[in-house]
Amino acid sequence: MTQATTGPAAADERVARRDPLRRLLVRPELGALIGAVALFVFFSATADAFLQTSSFSTVLYASSTFGIMAVGVSLLMIGGEFDLSAGVMVTSSALVASLVSFQLTLNVWAGVAISLAVTLALGVLNGLLFVWTKLPSFIVTLATFLMLAGANLGVTKAVTGNVASDSIRDMDGFASAKDVFASEVDMGGVNVNVTVFWWIAFTVVATWILLRTRAGNWIFAVGGNADSARAVGVPVARTKIALFAGVAFCAWFSGMHLLFAFATVQSGEGVGNEFFYIICAVIGGCLLTGGYGSAIGAAIGAFIFGMVNKGIVYADWNPDWFRFFLGAALLAATVVNHLVRRRAER
Amino acid sequence: MRTPTTRGRLLTLTTAALALTAALAGCSSSGGKKAEESASPAGGGGPRLKIAMVTHSGAGDTFWDIVQKGAQAAAAKDNVQFLYSADPDGGRQAQLVQTAIDQKVDGIVVTLAKPDAMKDVLAKAAAAKIPVVSINSGADASARLGALVHFGQDESVAGEAAGQQLAKIGAKKALCVVHEQGNVGLEARCAGAKKTFGGSMQNLYVTGTNMPQVKSAITAKLQADKGIDGVLTLGAPFAATAVQSAKEAGSTAKIGTFDMNKDLIASIKDGSIQFAVDQQPYLQGYEAVDELWLLRNNGNVLGGGRPVLTGPAIVTKDNADQIAPFAERGTR
Repeated sequence: MTQATTGPAAADERVARRDPLRRLLVRPELGALIGAVALFVFFSATADAFLQTSSFSTVLYASSTFGIMAVGVSLLMIGGEFDLSAGVMVTSSALVASLVSFQLTLNVWAGVAISLAVTLALGVLNGLLFVWTKLPSFIVTLATFLMLAGANLGVTKAVTGNVASDSIRDMDGFASAKDVFASEVDMGGVNVNVTVFWWIAFTVVATWILLRTRAGNWIFAVGGNADSARAVGVPVARTKIALFAGVAFCAWFSGMHLLFAFATVQSGEGVGNEFFYIICAVIGGCLLTGGYGSAIGAAIGAFIFGMVNKGIVYADWNPDWFRFFLGAALLAATVVNHLVRRRAER
Repeated sequence: MRTPTTRGRLLTLTTAALALTAALAGCSSSGGKKAEESASPAGGGGPRLKIAMVTHSGAGDTFWDIVQKGAQAAAAKDNVQFLYSADPDGGRQAQLVQTAIDQKVDGIVVTLAKPDAMKDVLAKAAAAKIPVVSINSGADASARLGALVHFGQDESVAGEAAGQQLAKIGAKKALCVVHEQGNVGLEARCAGAKKTFGGSMQNLYVTGTNMPQVKSAITAKLQADKGIDGVLTLGAPFAATAVQSAKEAGSTAKIGTFDMNKDLIASIKDGSIQFAVDQQPYLQGYEAVDELWLLRNNGNVLGGGRPVLTGPAIVTKDNADQIAPFAERGTR
C-alpha cells in the first residue's frame, strides 16, 4: 500500500495516483454496500420466503418509500442541516392534494399541482426561517414539525369533520395519477411498484447534481464549512434554502404516492418517519456534521432499512423483539461502514 | 431410548454438525423443535396451518397482548403456526399483509382501522386465494374489503351499555374522557353513552400518551365544575388516573370505564371504580384463528355476513371475583 508514495513517480505525494482499491474504500457508500450484502446473505440463509421474487419486490417497495425521502434528506445532511418536519410534511402534502381536489371537485391533477406549490413553499419557509433566525435547523424544523402535525389534524377535521380525508378514488384523473405515483409494473411475472423506479431515478439525478454540477460543489462546501464557503463566493443562504425545498419536493412525491396508493389520508400519520429518513442517510455514509456523504449511499441505506424491516417478518422472529433486531442490524451496518472507512483513510 | 449403533452415532454426529452450522448461520430453517412440532399433529388435528395476524397496534400494548394470547391459545389447539406483526402506520400495515401473502400463509387476520389503506392488499390476498378475517376495528368495511367474518365490538352498542351503567350508579352529570382526539371509535362510544345516559354529558379531550397531562386535565375539570358526579373513561389506564384526579379535586364523582386489565379488577372490587365495559379482546384473537381453522376443516363461516360481537361484557363488583383470576393471568 505504500508503493505509490515511495516510488520514484511520487516525488510530490499530492499528485500521486492513489491505490484504486483504497479509492474505492473511501467512497461513502462502500461500507453500506458491504453491510447490505451481508444482510442479504444473512436473511437469504435464515428466512425461507426472503429469496422469492415476490418477497424481494415487497422489500424493494418498502425500501423505496423510505429511499425517495432519503434522497432529499441526504442532500440536506451533506449541506449540514436536518429537517425534522420531513415526516409530517409527506402527510401534509397528501392532505392538501386530496382536500383541494375533493372540496372544490377538481380534477385530481389540479390538486397534485397545488400540493406541489404548497409543499415547496413549506420547504422554502423552513429554509427562510433557518436563514433569518440563524437558529439551528434542528430547532427550526422541530417547530415546523409540530405546527404541521397540528395543522394536519386541525385543518382536516375542520374541513371534512373527520380525521381522514374523503376518498378520491372515483374522481377524474385518479387513474392516471395512480399510474404515475402508485401503479405496479409487471417485470416478467413479478409486480414491482413504480416507486422503486422513481427511487432509482431520483437517486441518479441527485448523484449527478452532487458530483457533476456546480450546485453539487456548493452543497459539499456549505456543509463542510459555511463561513469558508461564503468567503469564496458560494451563495450559502440560497443553497440551504434550495436543499430544504429539495426535501419538500421529495415529501410531495411521497405524499402523492401515499394518496394515490390508498385514496384517503390519515391526518395523524407521518410522525416519527423523519428519523427513519435520517437513519437511511446515516447508514449510507452521510456524516451528521455535514460535508460528506452520497445519494447512492442513502439509497443503499434505505435498502438496508427495507431489508431488515421486512426480513425480520419473513424470518418469523418474535415480533416483540422486532425493534431490538432492527436497532441491532442498523448498529451493525453503521459500525461496518465506519470501520471500513477508517481503515481506508488511514 | 435407542441403542447407540454406529449408524445412530453417525446420525448424531451429522446432526450435531448440522446444528453447529445452523447456529453459526444464526437461526435454523430446518430440523430442531420447529420441525418436530410441525411433524406431529397436535390438538385440533387436521393439516398444520400457517395463519398471520397483522394489526395496527403500537408496541407494548396490553390490549393487543391479550388479543395475541387468545390467538395463540386457538393456534395451539388447532395445530396452527401463528405469526404476528403490527404497525400503526396504514401503509406499512398493508406492507406487512403483503409479506404474509409472500409467505404463502393459509389465512390472514387483519384489523381495519384504516380500511382504504388495506383495500388493494386485501384484493391481492383474495387473488392468492388466502381467506381473510377482520377483527377489532372496521366492522362496516369488513365485508366490502372481502373479509369473511368480522369479530369486534360495535362501539355505539358498547357506548349505550356504558350509558345505562352510568345511569344505574346514579350519575346525573357526566364527563366522557376522550384520550385520542379524532379517533372515530372513541367518539362513537361517547355518543352511544350520551344516548342512553339520560343526564347531561360532555366530552373532555386529553392527550392519552401523556398521563400527567390526563390527570391534570381531569382534575381541573372536576374542580371547575363541582356538579359532575360521573366520569366515563375510554381505556383502563385512564380510569385509574381519573380516580386520582377525583381524589385530588375532592370530587365524589363515580367512575366507570371501557376495557379491562388486572389492576382495574382490584379497583372494581374495592369500589373506587364502579364498572368496566369489556370488549373481550381475547375472544377477538381466539375466534379469528379458530374461524380460519373451521373454514379450512369444516367449511364453516360465522356471523351470516354480519359482524360477530365480542362485547360489551359488563364487569361490576358483582362478578369481579369470578373474573379476577382470568385478568390476573392476562387473558381478560
